[in-house]
Amino acid sequence: MNKDYEAIERAAKRKAAVRKGITYFFLTLWGIMVLFPFYWMVLTSVKSYGAYNSEYVPKFFTLSPTLENYKDAFTAVPLARYFANTLIFTVCTTALMLVVIVLAAFAFSRLNFKGKNLLFTLFLSLMMIPNELVIITNFVTITDWNMRNTFIGLILPSVTSVFYIYLLKENFEQIPDELYYAAKIDGTSDFKYLTKVMIPISQPTIVTIVILKVIECWNSYVWPRLITDDQLHFLVSNGIQEIRENGFGRENIPAMMAAVCVISAPLIVLFLIFRRKIMAGVSRGGTKG
Amino acid sequence: MKVVLDHLTKRFPNINIKIKTEVVAVDDFDFEIPDGKLIGLLGPSGCGKSTTLNLICGLETPTEGRVFFGDDDVTKLPPENRGVGLVFQNYALYPHLTVRQNIMFPLQNLKGADKLTKQQMEEKVLEAAKLVQIDGLLDRKPSEMSGGQQQRVAIARALVKRPKVLLLDEPLSNLDARLRLQTREEIKRIQRETGITTIFVTHDQEEAMSISDLIVVMEAGKVNQIGKPQDVYDDPVNLFVAKFLGTPAINVFDAEVRDGVLWIAGDDVMDGVDVPDQKVWAGIRPEAFVPDDSGKMECKLVNVEVMGRDTSVVSTHEGMQGVSIRAIISAENKVDQTKEIVNFRLRPAKVYLFDKTSSKRIYFGDQKPLGRA
Amino acid sequence: MKYGNNKKAWLYLLPAIAFLGLFMVYPLIDVVVYSFEESFNFASQTYSGVGLYNFSYVLRDPYFLQAIKNTFILVIITVPLSTGIALLISLGLNSIKKLRDLYQTVFFLPYVTNTLAVGLVFMILFKKTAYTDGMVNLLIQLFGGSSVDFIDGPYWAKMFVLCFYTIWVVMPFKILILTSALASVKQDYYNAAKIDGTAKWRTYYKITLPMISPMIFYLVITGFIGAFKAYSDAVALFGTDLNAAGMNTIVGYVYDMLYGNSGGYPSYASAAALILFAIVMTITCINLMISRKNVQY
Repeated sequence: MNKDYEAIERAAKRKAAVRKGITYFFLTLWGIMVLFPFYWMVLTSVKSYGAYNSEYVPKFFTLSPTLENYKDAFTAVPLARYFANTLIFTVCTTALMLVVIVLAAFAFSRLNFKGKNLLFTLFLSLMMIPNELVIITNFVTITDWNMRNTFIGLILPSVTSVFYIYLLKENFEQIPDELYYAAKIDGTSDFKYLTKVMIPISQPTIVTIVILKVIECWNSYVWPRLITDDQLHFLVSNGIQEIRENGFGRENIPAMMAAVCVISAPLIVLFLIFRRKIMAGVSRGGTKG
Repeated sequence: MKVVLDHLTKRFPNINIKIKTEVVAVDDFDFEIPDGKLIGLLGPSGCGKSTTLNLICGLETPTEGRVFFGDDDVTKLPPENRGVGLVFQNYALYPHLTVRQNIMFPLQNLKGADKLTKQQMEEKVLEAAKLVQIDGLLDRKPSEMSGGQQQRVAIARALVKRPKVLLLDEPLSNLDARLRLQTREEIKRIQRETGITTIFVTHDQEEAMSISDLIVVMEAGKVNQIGKPQDVYDDPVNLFVAKFLGTPAINVFDAEVRDGVLWIAGDDVMDGVDVPDQKVWAGIRPEAFVPDDSGKMECKLVNVEVMGRDTSVVSTHEGMQGVSIRAIISAENKVDQTKEIVNFRLRPAKVYLFDKTSSKRIYFGDQKPLGRA
Repeated sequence: MKYGNNKKAWLYLLPAIAFLGLFMVYPLIDVVVYSFEESFNFASQTYSGVGLYNFSYVLRDPYFLQAIKNTFILVIITVPLSTGIALLISLGLNSIKKLRDLYQTVFFLPYVTNTLAVGLVFMILFKKTAYTDGMVNLLIQLFGGSSVDFIDGPYWAKMFVLCFYTIWVVMPFKILILTSALASVKQDYYNAAKIDGTAKWRTYYKITLPMISPMIFYLVITGFIGAFKAYSDAVALFGTDLNAAGMNTIVGYVYDMLYGNSGGYPSYASAAALILFAIVMTITCINLMISRKNVQY
């Protein structure tokens, strides 16, 4: 009987080891698939133009790395300009949006007025409307207002998000009513209550929203493409497309990769620093794909 | 099937990686569980009783020691080959399956020669369901049932494969007080009817005392005492066991033995204590107190609670540990509530002395260790 | 009077209402109006009549039909494939302890990268030029295949790259959602199954999958919606002139009609956008109906 048991035991152990091995193999395989483009991007960006073009069979490493391409990226095309534009766009959009959604969420969660439920239902129903549907008229509107190639034109249509109002309202509603009454008795105004009590308490949700919005802004492409045709107002996404089609002469791939590295770096660095927060935030309120 | 735990030890690495010392969850558990009995593993939370259960069913493997089912060493056998049934604290019923599907689930895993036909499975499910009296609810989902009913389904699922050993992890903790009483009788009945060796874990001493054939009192990974519930109650081996068993709890006093007399804070409460002079802990069961005006133990009366058959007398004494003394006296012994002082005589059989440093029992007079398992 | 007062509340809501009204509600009405206005002239803002001409024009436009075909192929391939692979990866992640954090971090990286920028890297990896066959072709040759230009070559090769890149981009979100769904399945269920001697695959199929089925359906629904709106992935790989590459998507067609070399036709763009919206709504409703039936609790 004991012999039998030992055999079962050994078989179970073997099976577990094989399963584990296979699991790690496939996870690593996907890991390589994810990382390889990044590796290739960095690698190509430090190869010199001559070296890259002479490699019919691309090399997986380089012995003479150069930073020349990075210099080119900033001098031959206005990469710094794209960068600054994106930064301004991201900061302004996010800040303005925060103001708008915090005020709206506060009204919905803490103030009473006629037609509140009807209005909120209307807001929610707007969540179903895809951006593609409204972007046509917005393009016409901004064009009519002569706001093409201006920051205002870029920013205005993106400063509200029904989804974030909803997320924040839910969060605000979890704050106990007693705090509000206590503040009222102390003579605190609504606005002061909002800034001194509700916003600090809801900070985690607000941080989540900021993270998601920053990622969205940094990567936004479609709207900026429609609304800007002047290089001075390009964001990084449009910049990279411009570089691809006209910059550096089409074939200077190492310089292109240097630009791609520079553009990708900020969000990756941000992600590595706030990894947990970003992942928690995205799983709470993010969608992509 | 008897279950033998041979010097079982389980150590876990500390959760805080910086602390190198390991956490000992179960320390040298050595015990033979006789066939067909209901065993209660009793102890405060974190004492290692759940880990012991996991070691028996195979969800954990011991660091040292061995587990035998009958004569077979199953120490390293995976759980599915051990033939155990386990009922989880929160039942772990699959929420997306009906009661019937839940109970049938283990049967559908059988392979080879053990494989059952659909018909046989249905029969076994019905049999198990009848045993726990839920045969009318087979097509419901767990979410449509009360806690007590879910508990029965969980037991039926554990029993349907006719396990050699049935394990229950805190089976009553999620039920309300009334259901708890009812269900514990039910567990006793099912165990008697099936005759399966059953081990259940609980932190509730009353629960363990009321239905177990044997109880095992654990503290911090160590087995303190094993025995029949009444024996353990009457003859605790140390202060921990004495304090853990019994409601109301035992009254503990800072005491001293001098020339065969037990002294508690200036009162010579009892003589005939034939042990060397020393400081001791004195544990006095509530039923050891007898009101007697000539009694040597003088307490300040706080309150008298009449509870029908018995009367509970709450008082204080200088030597006591804790906030008050609770004595249970039969209703004939009247205590004058208007008085400030009440005098007690003590029944020596219900007074236990414990060593001040080791907390071990010190026997005196007619007291002697009872037969232990 | 529970809290606050009427007028103040509207003051707090004013910015949100103004922005939403101007950039969502009005455009929503306007897009319908545009779509029925026939031969609208952008310069003079005049139109000749009202009718369904715009829809019939769009539906007969070979570029639009190509875009519909491309989009449907993309959706049908990437949604099931990415959800399936994400499920396998999440199951794998959930079963390991060592290095789990590292794997999770790496797998999430594509989420925070600029689609356009990394698309360029993919283009270089797949492209065949006079100077080099490119990384991927090198691999194909290594295994004995013949090289193909995935960027300017045959249709199926281009579609393959597009699907591959789309899956690469959407994977992080799916893995993240599924891993947290898997982690929320209580260990007790697995222990119960283990004690009953349930085979691993049966545990997955009978316990794990039903328990996380709501999340899987959520991913399928959002996946469909997202894939139907595919655009920037294609631009990243094939450049802005997607019609020339034969790789346009419905959204791409809308933008092309609106702006750029072939632009200036907001009426056609509106009609195409409404058709897309109708398709997405239909598919979502079908999905919801199926999920009602299959999500088990």
